[in-house]
Amino acid sequence: MREKAKILDKEAISRAVMRIAHEIIEKNSGTDALCLVGIRNRGVYIARRIAGCIKKIEDRDIPVGALDITLYRDDLALASGQPTVRKTEIDFDINDKKLVLVDDVLYTGRTIRAALDALIDFGRPNSIQLAVLVDRGHRELPIRADFVGKNIPTSKKEAVEVRLEESDNTEEVAIMEKD
Amino acid sequence: MSWMRKDLLGLEYLTREEIELILDTADSFKEVSTREIKKVPALRGKTAVNLFYEPSTRTRVSFEVAAKRLSADVINIATETSSVRKGETLIDTGKNIQALKADIIIMRHNCSGAANMLARALDISVVNAGDGWHEHPTQALLDIFTLKEKLGKIKGLNVTIVGDIAHSRVARSNIWGLTKLGAKVTVCAPEMLLPVGIEKTGVKTSSNIDEALKNADAVNVLRMQFERDEGAAFPEQLDYFKRFGITGERLAKAKKDIVVMHPGPINRGIEMSSEVADGANSVILEQVTNGIAVRMAVLFLVAQAREAKA
Repeated sequence: MREKAKILDKEAISRAVMRIAHEIIEKNSGTDALCLVGIRNRGVYIARRIAGCIKKIEDRDIPVGALDITLYRDDLALASGQPTVRKTEIDFDINDKKLVLVDDVLYTGRTIRAALDALIDFGRPNSIQLAVLVDRGHRELPIRADFVGKNIPTSKKEAVEVRLEESDNTEEVAIMEKD
Repeated sequence: MSWMRKDLLGLEYLTREEIELILDTADSFKEVSTREIKKVPALRGKTAVNLFYEPSTRTRVSFEVAAKRLSADVINIATETSSVRKGETLIDTGKNIQALKADIIIMRHNCSGAANMLARALDISVVNAGDGWHEHPTQALLDIFTLKEKLGKIKGLNVTIVGDIAHSRVARSNIWGLTKLGAKVTVCAPEMLLPVGIEKTGVKTSSNIDEALKNADAVNVLRMQFERDEGAAFPEQLDYFKRFGITGERLAKAKKDIVVMHPGPINRGIEMSSEVADGANSVILEQVTNGIAVRMAVLFLVAQAREAKA
């Protein structure tokens, strides 16, 4: 794969995250009963950043959980290589919460389907909303995001890579294409 | 690092990285058993068969619980009430189970090497739940997992294994696993229960329990299997307790935080006193809990490897 174009740089990512934080507060009329759950791995980093922004805006601490969806996938064997099972850490009660699920890229929607199945095993939130840094289209399931950092039209042959300080030592979103 | 094997037969055959992958995967699975709904759909539609040629409650139940928490269907075959009694061979039994489109056979057998033989004959996964005096890999993995959880690492630890080393598959699997991960292992037993050549596996030997406990970070106390005693090989039970039994008095001379493990079922007053079994250093029941996570990890990894190949 070679890089076709850079879509977001460090500042653009941070502005997008800040805007999502504002939109979450606006849509939920504040932060009461609000909680965030990020999908491993990069969704967790973005969720923590959104929580940081909400803290700045409203001076309120929002609980952040981490969800690993490997055990709920519908493509266990098809996945490129074998997915490593990582820890799910949701150490707060999600019953009756306004839960915002966070991921880096929204593509086919299958990851979100798996995440919804997993979340429902943990309890019955009042509502589940979806926030993603990038929506690249090509949905295969009736799923949409409530909060989107950036819509990026892509071809199925391309890949979108989100690189974050926490895991990749850099801050950017790029479109990759096959050589 | 990914897992490529359809079977788990013993720790002798695994690399350090593969053992670590199982332990890391088990660490992730541990949380599932703390949920209100203790179940994930990872092995939905898969069938696991417990094929036990030897009596076992805890290992069989542990595997059954593990498989069910992964949403697999579980079938238990007790060989005393099966066609094995009519003379069916192990391979024939295995091929019949395979023909039923089961995905995993979890087998306990009294012959060393039985799991290896069955795995070669079948395309489906075979998980060794103990074969003769050979290996009991999931028991060693759960011992090591518990030790790592308690002490934060395995490398450099002094681990003493005490009991009937000669006839113990738990000891063998522990020796393989612990030495691969960099622990220093001492095996302690009456001379006649120390197998000839055991030093070649990289362990120290001792027949003095107080010496063997002196620098130990952990002691794994094996069950004395008097039911296997076919003659004069075993010391008298009371004599054994006096010479090798783990008591409060003996522990008082060991490291203060020494971890005491036992694969169960315990013979109280033979391998260890009740005071020790129920004491602050004992992690025996944590081992049971961790066994579920370790077996979930093993079942998940072998099933995934087989699917990836298909």
